[in-house]
Amino acid sequence: MKYIWILAKKEVHALFVSPIAYVVLTGFLLLGGWFFFNLLFRFNYLLTLYTSLQNLGAMQGLNLNEHVINPLLQNLTIILLLMVPLITMRTFAEEKKNGTYELLLTSPLTVTQIVLGKFLGCLFFIFVMILLTGIYPAILLFYGNPELGILASGYLGLFLLSVVFVSVGLFTSSLTENQIVAAVTCFVILLLLYVLSWPTETTGAGLGGLLKYLSVVEHFSEMAKGLIDTKNLVYFMTLIFVSLFLTHRCVEASRWK
Amino acid sequence: MVEVSGLTKYYGEVVAVEDVSFTVQRGDILGFLGPNGAGKTTTMRIITGFIPANHGTVRVEGFDVGSQSHDVRKRIGYLPENPPVYSYMTVTSFLEFVAGIKGVAKKLVRERLDWVLEKCSLTQVASRLISHLSKGYRQRVGLAQALIHDPPVLILDEPTIGLDPKQIIEIRSLIKELAKDRTVILSTHILPEVSQVCTKVVIINDGRVVVEKDLKELTQNAALEEVFLRYISTENGEKKLENESSQSEK
Repeated sequence: MKYIWILAKKEVHALFVSPIAYVVLTGFLLLGGWFFFNLLFRFNYLLTLYTSLQNLGAMQGLNLNEHVINPLLQNLTIILLLMVPLITMRTFAEEKKNGTYELLLTSPLTVTQIVLGKFLGCLFFIFVMILLTGIYPAILLFYGNPELGILASGYLGLFLLSVVFVSVGLFTSSLTENQIVAAVTCFVILLLLYVLSWPTETTGAGLGGLLKYLSVVEHFSEMAKGLIDTKNLVYFMTLIFVSLFLTHRCVEASRWK
Repeated sequence: MVEVSGLTKYYGEVVAVEDVSFTVQRGDILGFLGPNGAGKTTTMRIITGFIPANHGTVRVEGFDVGSQSHDVRKRIGYLPENPPVYSYMTVTSFLEFVAGIKGVAKKLVRERLDWVLEKCSLTQVASRLISHLSKGYRQRVGLAQALIHDPPVLILDEPTIGLDPKQIIEIRSLIKELAKDRTVILSTHILPEVSQVCTKVVIINDGRVVVEKDLKELTQNAALEEVFLRYISTENGEKKLENESSQSEK
């Protein structure tokens, strides 16, 4: 455990001394802010419109959770999809290129410690990133009354999703010593997981259902709506475990090929 | 003590080292010589457990590198060809990190750190970023990294490369001092270095050990340069003849 902690600390340190961390953080918050602004503006516009039309039914249908927070979280997943590969790409690839991989692998560390150290280091950064977006719902809480339970469930979904993204990123980084290759491969896998459910309606119930289950979006959407189901948790946990396991195998293989 | 026996390693079809065997006792400094691409680095990587061998065994202080890799890695200080440093760290923070992952007890870290900083003449640059250091200093940080956990076995891949003459002399005497109660294997291209520092010599050519002798025995009748060239060139010479004859047959 001590070793994992030392490695995680090093990973966080490495991120914060490189410009990547700041560019990614700034970009993430800038885009997030823009989405939030747009959604809020639209919400406000609809509210004024319905009020002037005296459309009570439509007005009751409007709520902050459904019209601002949910779409905001959905949009944030897209930015995470683009940004997480940039954070994880260096984890193994850079060590291999710099020759420090030799230091890690000839130290009395286990592969599990190396993988978990890097995993926790990256997670810490992503969590900071997501926590900073908490300012948007905080504003809503201050001026309005969104439902807290749904908000919490949505954020839990976003966290779990980002953990999946990070573990896939670690895996692709462990495959190569080229950071660009690591980032692109990660992005492709994540996007595939994202759009896997697209042909659901055209492929019939069997295959469609399977694709829908495998797609990361469906599980996240349910959580963003406030539904915390074991099915979704199991899905996320499985993906995280499988990715980390593959990473472990991959690092181990480079030692015993 | 390091015992290497029958090491063979292929990279795909290419044979990197073949049936390499030698033994180094505690207190010995083994000079590992050979032309470029002879298999020196490969052999060292196998001893440190970084890559596995296809055949053969390595025992470090009695532990097998294949089945007791963890015990071996605890006992080895390894300086690879390119010093493995994180350039965004300061010398001190890097060495503290390495001490951490090598399992140096927390209360000993300070003491070990001061010791390696002094031994590798790094005290003056201790708080500088490694990216701001010259090649010679980086090399010494690499050496400090290999020494921080006080390992009984040192594997040094060209330890004096990139150092200025004064630093070379300092590092050589440091290695000699360290070897008193340790086992040291160092590879180098600089033959005078071997005559000055080493007690034992292994010459490797085309992945095979061509000679394993005590330095004194080896240089009894001729200078090391001559001996080295003789062992290397006879091998090459035979090869050349073979090639020529095979070409003429065509």
